Amino acid sequence: MLYLAVSLFALGLIGLLTRRNLIFTLMCIEVMLNASGLAFVAGSYRWGRPDGQIMFLFILAMAAAEVSVGLALFLQFHRRAPELDSDSASRMRG
Amino acid sequence: MHALLWMIPAFPLASAAILAFFGKRISHRAAAFIGTASIGLSALVAIFMAAGFLRSTPDSHAWVQTLWTWMGVGDFRPEIAFYYDPVALIMTLVITFVGFLIHLYSVEYMRGDEGFSRFFAYMNLFVAAMLILVLANNLLVLYVGWEGVGLCSFLLLGVWYKDPANVRAANKAFLVTRIGDTAFAIGLFLLATHLGTLDIQELMRRATAQWPAGSGIAIAAAALLLGGAVGKSAQLPLQTWLPDAMAGPTPTSALIHAATMVTAGVYLIARTNVLFTLAPPVQFAVALIGGATMLMAAFSAIAQHDIKRVLAYSTMSQIGYMFMALGLGAWSAALFHFMTHAFFKALLFLAAGVVIQAMHHEQDMFRMGGLRFELPLAFWSFIIGGSALAGLPLITAGFFSKDLILWQAWAGPNGNGGFWIAGLLGAMLTSFYTYRLILLVFYGPEEREVSHRPGFCVIIPLVTLCALSIVGGYVDTPPDFGGAPIFSDFLGSVLPALKQFHVGPITELSTALCASASFAIGFGFAYILYAPWRPRTRREDPLLRLWHAGWGVDWLYDRLFVMPFQFLVHRTGSDVIDAIYTGIAKLADSAARALRVTQNGRVRWYATGIAAGFVVLFGIAIFVR
Repeated sequence: MLYLAVSLFALGLIGLLTRRNLIFTLMCIEVMLNASGLAFVAGSYRWGRPDGQIMFLFILAMAAAEVSVGLALFLQFHRRAPELDSDSASRMRG
Repeated sequence: MHALLWMIPAFPLASAAILAFFGKRISHRAAAFIGTASIGLSALVAIFMAAGFLRSTPDSHAWVQTLWTWMGVGDFRPEIAFYYDPVALIMTLVITFVGFLIHLYSVEYMRGDEGFSRFFAYMNLFVAAMLILVLANNLLVLYVGWEGVGLCSFLLLGVWYKDPANVRAANKAFLVTRIGDTAFAIGLFLLATHLGTLDIQELMRRATAQWPAGSGIAIAAAALLLGGAVGKSAQLPLQTWLPDAMAGPTPTSALIHAATMVTAGVYLIARTNVLFTLAPPVQFAVALIGGATMLMAAFSAIAQHDIKRVLAYSTMSQIGYMFMALGLGAWSAALFHFMTHAFFKALLFLAAGVVIQAMHHEQDMFRMGGLRFELPLAFWSFIIGGSALAGLPLITAGFFSKDLILWQAWAGPNGNGGFWIAGLLGAMLTSFYTYRLILLVFYGPEEREVSHRPGFCVIIPLVTLCALSIVGGYVDTPPDFGGAPIFSDFLGSVLPALKQFHVGPITELSTALCASASFAIGFGFAYILYAPWRPRTRREDPLLRLWHAGWGVDWLYDRLFVMPFQFLVHRTGSDVIDAIYTGIAKLADSAARALRVTQNGRVRWYATGIAAGFVVLFGIAIFVR
């Protein structure tokens, strides 16, 4: 199960680093978060303790908050730039 | 009665604080009122105190008011205390009274000036510091006043700070006097460590008890105090700042650089006279320094063109007389000359201020002339003040005080014929340069028209000081002319009395006659060389040029101290140690330049950075452990 979590995390990281579209970036972050959540659950299952599952709940809540903030930012960003390209944000110097 | 002692310096101090904090918000009229009235109040208290002191003189001949203990370090507990004895009485009266008159004069002189309230704040602070100096019961408190007057001198020279020349003069005055102040401070440390106290009276008692006369430690202490006095009073070899100090406003020159501050050194030596008596070589050095400065400055005064610089050199020369008197052991004669000098020199400076203002701030005497009908008040002030300075026999104050010094130059404890002759030569030169000034400024053809005539605030101080310059001498007349040594007797309780130690061919009467003769010779030469009908051409002569430059001492110091120092500064500007620190700064700068490239604003770059950093840290955590 940990191997699955690690491969998922690696997938997410590669996606984050290679894709430029912001929606994909967000999705990749979600994948990475869930991968780490999976690792927690796996640990919790292995040692038979509830801590990992509690931690997963926290991650879930954080991911929801992060997605909402992220989407709101993307909406704002989309009004300025025609496409959702993360590199075009480098024009926002200040 | 003596509970009011603290009020004498408190009034000017409070007024200085008010003017410093609210000076910008109040009108010039209010600032002038506060500034002048505070000195006036302080003068009233001083007169009141003096009257009380004379009416019921305590047995100890002094009132002491202890305000509080300044600090307590083991056995060393200096107190903020004031000491009021005949010497302090005379000093406070002169300072507050002359100070008041000069403040009154400044109201008109400085009218409409940008820094009006600032000027008054500094002047008040100066008077407060000077009063603290003369009233201090303790050398540490005295040092506070000493530094205070130095600071105010610096500030007042820089009142017109927009002109770089004034700033340079202020810096020079401050730095040169600082050399003396440092010597004074070291002297204080020496006294405090060896005698365990800085209370002046106690110090003198312990010094007499513990140090034999002529012992090395007494000589060192006296020499260090002398160093301070020499710096403050512009004597050789630290005299170079005073002529440049004439860059300040004329009332400042009158108050600080003629009447009061520059005589602080005289006061210090008179106050610690016991110490100087214990160190005969130093006392002799005082006399030598005084005599040499007196002659040197008098020769310099002869060659000056600037009216204020003549007066500045004349001040140096007159303080030289006071130092000579101190060195000869004629303590009260020095203070007597201090008092009369304060009157007539303040008068001369104030009158010079009137002339300068009338001449559109022209100070070159060769461009003046024929002012005696245009400015009769200034003319008569100069005649009276100048005659007092030159020592016009029998009617002026300066004659009596100078005559006392001259007589003591022969008859005093350390007197000899050399000092007597030097004194007479100085008197002749004084008379010469004084009348040269008067003839150049007030006689001859009229050069330009008068732009400004003195008003009420100028007339009162001038007339009062004229009167004082005449009657001020009658408080101490020699036996052959009425014989009423009130002044010396009054100081007799504090300072050793004047006695005749050398009986010889020179008597009091012959001294007076010779002094009169040298006055007449000086006057005669001045009249022959600068007679009204003669063409006014500046003489060019190597000797005169040397005198004009004050014997080239400035030039010498430039070569000896300033230029080597600047050379060193220049050379050490880029040495190894400096290179290290500049290197560090340069490294940080280039590192910042390199790292700035990574701030490219691309989110994915940052994410890559984070991931790479994580991998590296993770690797370190696993493999290095």
